[in-house]
Amino acid sequence: MKSTLDSYFAINAMALQAKNKRLELISENIANVSTPGYKARDLDFNAFMKEAVGRTSAPEATNVKHIGASGTSARFDNAITYHVPLSPSLDNNTVEIGVEQAKFGKAAADYQAAMGFLENRISGIRKALRGE
Amino acid sequence: MSADALLKIAGSGLNAQLTRMNTIASNLANATVVAGSAEEAYKAKRVVFSSLMMNPDQQNSLQGETRRGVYVSEVIDDTESVKQIHEPGNALANEEGYVFGSNVNEIEEMVEMLDASRAYQNNVSVVSTAQELMTRTLDLLKV
Repeated sequence: MKSTLDSYFAINAMALQAKNKRLELISENIANVSTPGYKARDLDFNAFMKEAVGRTSAPEATNVKHIGASGTSARFDNAITYHVPLSPSLDNNTVEIGVEQAKFGKAAADYQAAMGFLENRISGIRKALRGE
Repeated sequence: MSADALLKIAGSGLNAQLTRMNTIASNLANATVVAGSAEEAYKAKRVVFSSLMMNPDQQNSLQGETRRGVYVSEVIDDTESVKQIHEPGNALANEEGYVFGSNVNEIEEMVEMLDASRAYQNNVSVVSTAQELMTRTLDLLKV
């Protein structure tokens, strides 16, 4: 049973999760900059949110040993996209470090923005509770 | 899900690049070493990176956590031919008076080193950004 506060913050939590996921994928790309055959990945925010919203009613598997609830995948595989390189490389690695750096900077700023929205909501709730 | 994963990924990158840096140091240190035969001569070492995601057997199934990032899957010898130097006075020289130098190319190593250090720096900035974001997230709890 979810409380009103839970559903009030749900969308912010999901957005934050998406931004975090994206940061993870980009940092993985940066770590694999010289791995032969590595394919750079990114996250499609729209697809992620669609899947996340559709999932809120279903139980979440937090451990591999959990039996998956019907219709939910353990990972957000549908939301993962692959980067098409601007110029091909000899070892089939599609990470372009400049592109990834720019993406990472933007993703970090996006995360901060999502945090800002959450902070605003929290301070709003606090004001309401205090009755100021 | 946590910013912890971010630190682990960047950490694996730092680790891999440091291993690469170590092989470069080893190559440069051994650049002038000579040996009595082509087989014994020092060969430049090269690291081969692999993504943890692409190798399921490297995955850690402990607590259902999947490891991500990069690791050094093997260290191989450079296949470039070794230098043959005519030096009959050398104690290591073979019957024909030849010694065998390493196949290390200093210029190549310098370029490798630059690339490794740039990649290392990129991972360092991922770590510092992740730390910044984690601190900011924890600040949410402040009254």
